[in-house]
Amino acid sequence: MARVVVDVMLKPEILDPQGRAVQAALTRLGLTGVADVRQGKRFEISLDGVLDEDRNETLNTLAAELLANPVIEDYSLRIEETQE
Amino acid sequence: MSPRVGVVTFPGSLDDSDTLRAVMAAGAEPVSLWHGDPSIGDVAAVVVPGGFSYGDYLRCGAIARFAPIMSAVVAGARDGLPVLGICNGFQILCESGLLPGVLTRNESLHYVCKDQSLAVGNTDSAWTRGYTADQVIVLPVKHGEGRYVADEHTLDMLAAEGRVAFTYRNTNPNGSFRDIAGITNEAGNVLGLMPHPEHAIETLVGTPGADGLTIFESAVSSLVASV
Repeated sequence: MARVVVDVMLKPEILDPQGRAVQAALTRLGLTGVADVRQGKRFEISLDGVLDEDRNETLNTLAAELLANPVIEDYSLRIEETQE
Repeated sequence: MSPRVGVVTFPGSLDDSDTLRAVMAAGAEPVSLWHGDPSIGDVAAVVVPGGFSYGDYLRCGAIARFAPIMSAVVAGARDGLPVLGICNGFQILCESGLLPGVLTRNESLHYVCKDQSLAVGNTDSAWTRGYTADQVIVLPVKHGEGRYVADEHTLDMLAAEGRVAFTYRNTNPNGSFRDIAGITNEAGNVLGLMPHPEHAIETLVGTPGADGLTIFESAVSSLVASV
C-alpha cells in the first residue's frame, strides 16, 4: 500500500479571490496581522500494491494534466508512506 | 439539406436544450451527442454547451475534457471542424487545450447573472462572420467562474492575431484579463465565450433580443455554402 500526496496551489501571480475572502474573515474574527492567505487543494491518493516506476510516471503525468492546470497552478507530489 | 450540428450533453449540462433549439433556429438540424459516445458521427459542427459538467468538481471542465467524446471533438477541431464552447463549454475547450488560457473564479466571488453589453472584436471566424466590425451586442451572462486568465505573452498574441472575439463593455462582470469575453483558436474554427448566445435568439421571449442567433447563423451559413 502506498500513499501519495499531491498539493496544488495557484501560482503566486494568479489572483486568489477565495484566499482574499478567507483573509478578510480571519481579520474580522480577531486575528491580527494577516498578510496574505492562499487557498489550495490537497489530494491524498491511496494505492494498492507497490508504487512501481510505471505507476509513478502515470501519476506524475496525471498530476499535471488532471489534478492541476499548469496555466494557473503549481503542484508538488510526494510519497508519504509505503507499506509492503 | 440542412447541415447537422451536434450539441454535447454531459452529466450536469444545463443549456443543451436551448442550444439545440438555437441550432434549429439558425437553420441547421440539431443532433444530440452524449459525452460517453466515442465519436461525433456525421455532424458538420459541434457545440459544447453551458452548465456544470461533472458538478464542476476539481476545476470547471477539468473532468469533462477527458470524456470519451472529447477526443473526437478535439481531433475534429484540429482538422477544421467548427466547434463552439459556451460558458462551461468554453471552460472545457480551455482545459482540453483547444483554446489557450483558463477561466477562474470571478474576482468578486459573486455569481453574476445579467444582460451584458459586448463589443465584437472579430468578424472573420467561423462563428462570428455574421457580425460587423465593432458591432455592439447584448447577451446574457451567468457564471461564477468566468474570469479569463492567461499570461501576458498569450494575451498579446490573441490581440495581435485578432482572436479576441468579444470583450465586455461598460462593466467587466468577472475581472477577466483585458475584458475578454470570448476568443478563437488560431484557425478561427473554434470559438469559446462566457456569455450565452443560445439564450438570445428571438425577441419574443427571454432577454435582450436576438443578437446571439448570429453566432449560430455564421457557422450554419458557411456550412451550407460548403455543401
